[in-house]
Formats: sequence, structure tokens, C-alpha cells
Amino acid sequence: MRAAQALQVRNLSIEFGGVHAVEDVSFDVEPGETFAIIGPNGAGKSTIFNLISRLYTPTAGTIHYGEQNLLELPAHKVVHTGIGRTFQNIELFEHATVLQNLLVGRHCHMQSNPFASFVFTPGLRKTEIEHRRKVEDIIDLMEIAQYRDERISDLSYGARKNVELARALCTEPSLLLLDEPASGLNNEETDDVSFWLEDIKHDLGVTLVMVEHDMNLVGQVADRVMAINDGKLLIIGTPDEVRENPEVQRAYLGIAE
Amino acid sequence: MQFLFKTAYNDDIRFLAKTGEKIRVAIAMLFLIAAPLLLQDYYLAELGLLLVYAIAGVGLMILTGHTGQVSFGHAAFLGIGAYTHSILMSKGVPFSVSILITVLFSGVVGMIIGRSASKMFGFYLAIATLAFGILIETVFGEWGGLTGGYQGFVVPSLKIFGMPLGEAWQQYYLDLVLALVVIWGASNLFRTPTGRSFLAVRDSELSARSLGVNVEWVKIQAFGVSAAITALGGALLAHHLTYLVPDVFGVLESLKLMLMIVVGGLGSILGAVLGAIVISILPVAISFLKDVLPPSIGQTAGLEPLLFGLIIVLVIVFEPLGIYGRWMKLRFFFESFPYYRKSSFVRQKSYLKTERMR
Amino acid sequence: MAASYEKRGNRLLPLDDIVHLAITGIAQGCAYGLIALGFVLIYKATEVVNFAHGEFMMLGAFAVLAFSEALGWGFWPAFVLGCLSIAAVGYLIDATIMRRIIGESQASVFILTVAFGFIFRALAGMIFGWNTRSLDTPFDGKIAIGNLVEINSDRVAIIVATVVLVGAIYLFFGRTRYGVAMQAASQNQLAAYYMGIPVKRLVSFTWAIGAFIAAAAGALLAPVTQIDTTIGLLGIKALAGAIVGGFGSIPGALLGCILIGVIEPFADYYLPGIKGVSAYVVMLIVLFVRPEGLIVQTYQKKV
Repeated sequence: MRAAQALQVRNLSIEFGGVHAVEDVSFDVEPGETFAIIGPNGAGKSTIFNLISRLYTPTAGTIHYGEQNLLELPAHKVVHTGIGRTFQNIELFEHATVLQNLLVGRHCHMQSNPFASFVFTPGLRKTEIEHRRKVEDIIDLMEIAQYRDERISDLSYGARKNVELARALCTEPSLLLLDEPASGLNNEETDDVSFWLEDIKHDLGVTLVMVEHDMNLVGQVADRVMAINDGKLLIIGTPDEVRENPEVQRAYLGIAE
Repeated sequence: MQFLFKTAYNDDIRFLAKTGEKIRVAIAMLFLIAAPLLLQDYYLAELGLLLVYAIAGVGLMILTGHTGQVSFGHAAFLGIGAYTHSILMSKGVPFSVSILITVLFSGVVGMIIGRSASKMFGFYLAIATLAFGILIETVFGEWGGLTGGYQGFVVPSLKIFGMPLGEAWQQYYLDLVLALVVIWGASNLFRTPTGRSFLAVRDSELSARSLGVNVEWVKIQAFGVSAAITALGGALLAHHLTYLVPDVFGVLESLKLMLMIVVGGLGSILGAVLGAIVISILPVAISFLKDVLPPSIGQTAGLEPLLFGLIIVLVIVFEPLGIYGRWMKLRFFFESFPYYRKSSFVRQKSYLKTERMR
Repeated sequence: MAASYEKRGNRLLPLDDIVHLAITGIAQGCAYGLIALGFVLIYKATEVVNFAHGEFMMLGAFAVLAFSEALGWGFWPAFVLGCLSIAAVGYLIDATIMRRIIGESQASVFILTVAFGFIFRALAGMIFGWNTRSLDTPFDGKIAIGNLVEINSDRVAIIVATVVLVGAIYLFFGRTRYGVAMQAASQNQLAAYYMGIPVKRLVSFTWAIGAFIAAAAGALLAPVTQIDTTIGLLGIKALAGAIVGGFGSIPGALLGCILIGVIEPFADYYLPGIKGVSAYVVMLIVLFVRPEGLIVQTYQKKV
């Protein structure tokens, strides 16, 4: 697995037809840390993720991961730099099984072409089994063994969230973008998530960047927090610093002045 | 209840993983191989035709059922296969070489179409492929010098490695072998990364991209593979038809192919085969009905399209997973008897979320 | 019209011929446009493309014919009733069948509507016979435009009807409660349900409107095309026209259809090989160059 590197975002901006979804945002994420992004709905948090994953192209600004300028890459090459992500509204492959979803997660590490696939060469068979082992490790970690052969469409919301996270882990990322990993989960499930995040961080050395609304979770796992409102940066600091910042309180936590 | 004890990952990805499957396939194979002993020449030819359509159907299924790219002009590839192969053989190219060239050529054409198609989605794609189909049919007709135009083109007789395959059973085995190869190969495709990337593009382009799947390239590949396989079907079809006219590869044929995979069950290779069975039985069933119904209804000109349409509507409304879906439910029923619950397959009520946000 | 001069290859036509062709083309395009209108309405409401929409046009023509012949009524009453009856058919199609297949794959839905086409054509033939029929309309004679050219009044009627109907639709969707509700339902059904909008009924109502307009087009076009079971296939050209203009928008679809309607006779004159497929060629060109059509309707999904 690649070593974690620093993520550097400078003056990032994007406009959608006159609306400044993200305006002049800059931040750094140190390798191995857990960095949270908070802000009210519509503040532009997911948009930042989409910019980093190159699903959108910014109108201004730069994004660097280590030495690599991400803006030079098309969306499907981003995962090769070691950046993985999950989506806010789960984007799993509905009609495929959990196993198939996870194996697509290994896609960036596998080579294949239609000719070899058609006849299923022994070489290809060997790679399949090799990667299947890796996937099984992740299945054990995320405790989703019982769902292995189920179609996504048959799974509950909580299970899907786990599969989504598992799939991102299958890419062996050095930096993980987690978009609202705890949304829609009850307290118990959210606790599970925080344990997993701790495990991932310590065992695998992955840098975590998460968008989150659940302030408890953020307080538990985050090293630093960035608050955003209306596409603009409010503050970057420790969870306590951010929580006590008056602007953040006004915009987001709903505490009257 | 069926218990599956797997001891190695290899077991999981083997072609026929479960014992039940092996038995069913063995029975089917027994019948297929023994067919020339059991059936007369006429029915044997019909069975061969069914296999040929199954090949074409698998081609379309890969594109539409597995990659989610609708293609309403797929008969064009059927025609490209038929004409290319026949023209090559008429110029003296031996069978095996001709087939190879036809398949590769069609694959390339498919990839070119795929490149443009990758920019379109949903119903734009459907109408563009429909238009493509119409145009290709016109090309077959207008390019008389090469294809014999609307007058038609005689298909050279079947000969492999110099050996003529004049007998019905010989042609049948050719169809059978190729159909089995295609089915086996297509199943392999979806147990490998390439095939999975097709499925990924079908279900979520967005996350596929973030996992490293080059969506545009996948679509191009899917079109290419699909075109190549369907063209193979077309080449074999030519030997059944023995005489080619552009009409045969028009919109109606494309619709037949589409019908085949939808009725059979989108997303499964077996569905293509089941669909081919339905397509072959349908005309027989309809003419049977014509005799049974009172003459005032039975003899009117519009009866066939009417029944055709009605059957499609009934299948889609009542069993959208196609015959394959119904088959799965049946198997599930037997496997979990007596714990079967109707609610296992209750269709989720789904609400329409606009596709305009992609 | 075309019989009065021979095809002269690449020589330029005289001015009054050009104007004549153009206006006839516009009328034809308007007819396509009316059919396309129904397409786009149904698409905006349900994201279903009804490949059988042209058959509503065919059925409408037959229905008006039936009402005027069988019941001996004048044109206008027969027209209104004929169109209303087809509107009812449209409503029923949605209420009984389309509702059940919400959420199914697009391929399945396409095939379903194609199957409808087969069924309608067959039924029309069985009920009304397979011969070509003609319809008496009050649009006989010609209208002169200045001293430049004379146009058949039936063509003019089509253009006028298109303007009236499009205007009515625009006002309906933009200004009335029903219209706005339909737009909401078309973007997110679940949310619309929560707002208390009777989504299912509105959708069926949309089908009814679309069918009504197509039926009207059928009746108005009858003097030009005569009536037989195959006239519905014009619907595919209307589809092509709508794509050229941009499928999600009504003015776009209309524009595209008129464009195609005007291009066709000229293409036919200058490039005889093209025959009936010029509409599709234009469509493919547009699809390659500017796939969204002239007016864009897709937005990036927010994930």
C-alpha cells in the first residue's frame, strides 16, 4: 500500500451557473491525520469532495496530493494516486452482489481485457483468486460476511453503508474521503463506525477526510476540523476551537448570539 | 434446502458452481447433442436457427442487459455479419478465415459506434441506434455493387476446411458448438474484472469512475464485444437463410432482438437463450392460435402483430424480470420449500427520480 | 405541389417555389411538432418515451372519421369528440398499464411502448379496415399571401392550430396550479406525494393531454396524408425532430420539428438518394455535434 501523503488544496473555487458553490477554499491535510469538514447543508462540502475526485472541474484553484497535481488527471485515474471515497447517497452497484461490488473495488489493481476474459486464462484465474483473498480480509474487517452473495437491492441501509465503506477500502487507499459516514445511522451503528475509523487509521495508516454532521463523532475521531458556510472557509482548528468559534456557532450550531 | 459447502475460492468462480446447475446443464447438453437422432431435418434446422438467435441475443444482452446501453438498431450488426461473411466467402475466402475477419471487422465497427454512443445515454442512445440501424439497412440496399442491393445476395454454401457441410445435422453441430463457445465465453466475461466493469457502468457511472473504471472505454469495449458476437450470429444466420435481402436486417429484426432479451430477462446470459426460445416458438404459437380461433378473428390480417404486442405487454407488466426471473423464483421456491414466503420477491415500490440529474 | 415541376438537379428553384416549399415544410413541421409536443409532455412528466405516440395521431384521425361518418355529424363536433375519445384512451393506458411499471428499466419501457404501437395498428386495421380513407374538412381552397404564393388552407390550419395549442400548453404549465403540480411531480415523485399532489392522476392527465394533441394533429393532417393505419409512423420523425431541438423543452422540440419539416422537401429535391431518411441524418448530425439538442435540459447530479 502506498504511503499516505499530504493533500494540498489552494484557492479552490467552482461556480454553477452563477452560484459560487465553493469559493476560494484552501486547506492542508497531513498524512495520517483525521480531518473533518463541517457546515450546514448546501455549504459545499460534498462539492469539495467531488472536486478532489475530479468528478467536477474547478473554475479556479489547485489540488495536489503529494507531488501529483490532481487537476491533470481524469476522474478514473484519481484512485491510482491512492485516494478512495464513499458517497453521501450510497452509490453502490444496485443489481450486483456485495462480492461483485467489492471486487470492482480491486479494479484499480487488476489488469484484464475482453480477450483474456472470454477464455478465462489461467493467469486471469490466478489474479481473481488473489484479489478475492484481499477482499475477504476486508469482509472480515467490516463484518459483512453474511451478505457476501446478496444483491445490494436486498440489503438494509446500515448494511449498505458498511459495504460502501468496505468497497472504498478494497482500493487500498492512502487517503479516504468519507462523505457523511454516519448519516442515517442510529447511535449504536455510529459507534461502530467510529471504531472502524479508528481501526482503519491505526492498522492501515490511512488519512481520513470526512464530511460529517454528527458532532459527537467528529469530536471523537477528528484531529482537526474545517468549518464551511456558503462555499467559503470559516475556520480550521481542533474540534474544540471550532466548536467555540462564534461564527461557526451562528452559522451552523444554531446557537443564538 | 440446498447447502453449499465451498472449500476453495476456485469453487466459487468455476463455471457451474452448484450441483443443481450441473445436473440441469447435463440434461440439456444430452438433449442438444442427441438432437439429430431425435428430430427430423426441418426441426433440426429450426433448433439450429434458435441457437443462432441465441448467439445474437447474447451479443445484445451483454450490451443492454449487462452494460445498460440500449441498442435499438442491433440488427445492423446481424446484417454486417451476414453480408461481410457471405461476400468474403463468395470471393473465395475460406470459412474459418472469413468468420474471423467478419467478427473482428464487426467488433471494430462496434467500437467506433461505441465511441459516439458513449457520449449519449438513455433514450438518446436508443433513438440514435435506431437511426443507425435504419441507415445501415439503407446502405445494404443502395450499395448494390457489393451487396446485391435490393435484389438480394446468394450465400455461398457452407464449407469448412474444404469439407462441404451440406447435411442438416452438420450445420446443426456447427451452430451448437459456436453457441456453446459463446455462452461459455460470455459467462466467463462476467466473472472477470472486464465484465464486472460493464456491470459497474450500468449501475453507477459515478462510483465506477471513482473506483478507477474508465467509463468511456468500457462502453466502447461493450459495443465492440457485443457487435462481434452478434455478427457471428449473423454469419451463421446467412447460412440458414441462404439468400440475403436488406429487409431482413431492418427495424423489425432489431425489435425482435430487443424483445428477446427483455422477455428472457435482462442481465443474464441464460435469459438470452430463453428469449431465443420464446422468439422461435412465438410464430408457431400464433399460427396455432389462428387455426383455433373462429375465422372472423383468426383470419384477419392484423392478428400476428396484435398477439405479438399483447404478449410483450403482458410479460413486461407482470414479469419484468423476464422468464429468467420467473425461473429464479420457481427455483427459489423449490429450494426453500416449505419455508417459501411470497414476500421474498415482493417488488419494491419505486418512485421515479428524475434522470435529468445524472 | 411537387408534380408541377420536374426535379432539376442542382439548379436553384424560383422564388415562389422556394416560398411554397418552405411554407408547406413549416406546416409539415408543425404537424410533427404537435406529435412531438405530446412526446415531450409525457417525457417531462414520467421520463417515458412513448414510441407509440404516432399511433395516437392515427387513432385520432380514425376516430374523427368515425364520428363524422358513422354519426353524420359536422367536422367540428366530430373533431372535438374524436380527440376527446383518444384522450380517454391515453388516460387509460397510463392508469392501467404504465403505472404498474414505474421504475423498470428503460429498455423494458421502450419495448412496451413499441408493443403498444403494434397493438394499436392492428386494432385500427381490424376495426376500421385496411384501406386508405379520406376525411372532409372545412379547410378547402387556398389562401393567398400577398401576390407571391398560394397555400392550401389545410396547411394554414395546421400552423394556426399549432400556435394555439402550444400557447395553451405553455400557459397551462406555467400559470395554473395543475401545471405547476405536474412539473413538481416530474422532478421527484416521492416529494410530490408528500406535498399532497395526486401524482398518479396528474400523470394520467398528462397522457390524456398528449394524446388529445396528437389526435388533433391526426385529424388536421388527414387532408394531406389521407388516413390509413401506417400514418402513425410519422411519429418517429417527430421524435427525431424533438431530439434535434432538445428533447426536454417544448419550444425546442417544436423548433426541431419545424426545422426537419422544412429541410425534408429541399433535401429530397437536391439529393434524391436521401428519400425518407433525411430526418434521421439530421438527427444523427445533431446528436454527434451537440447531443443535448439546441436547448439543454440535463444538470449534473449532486452526489
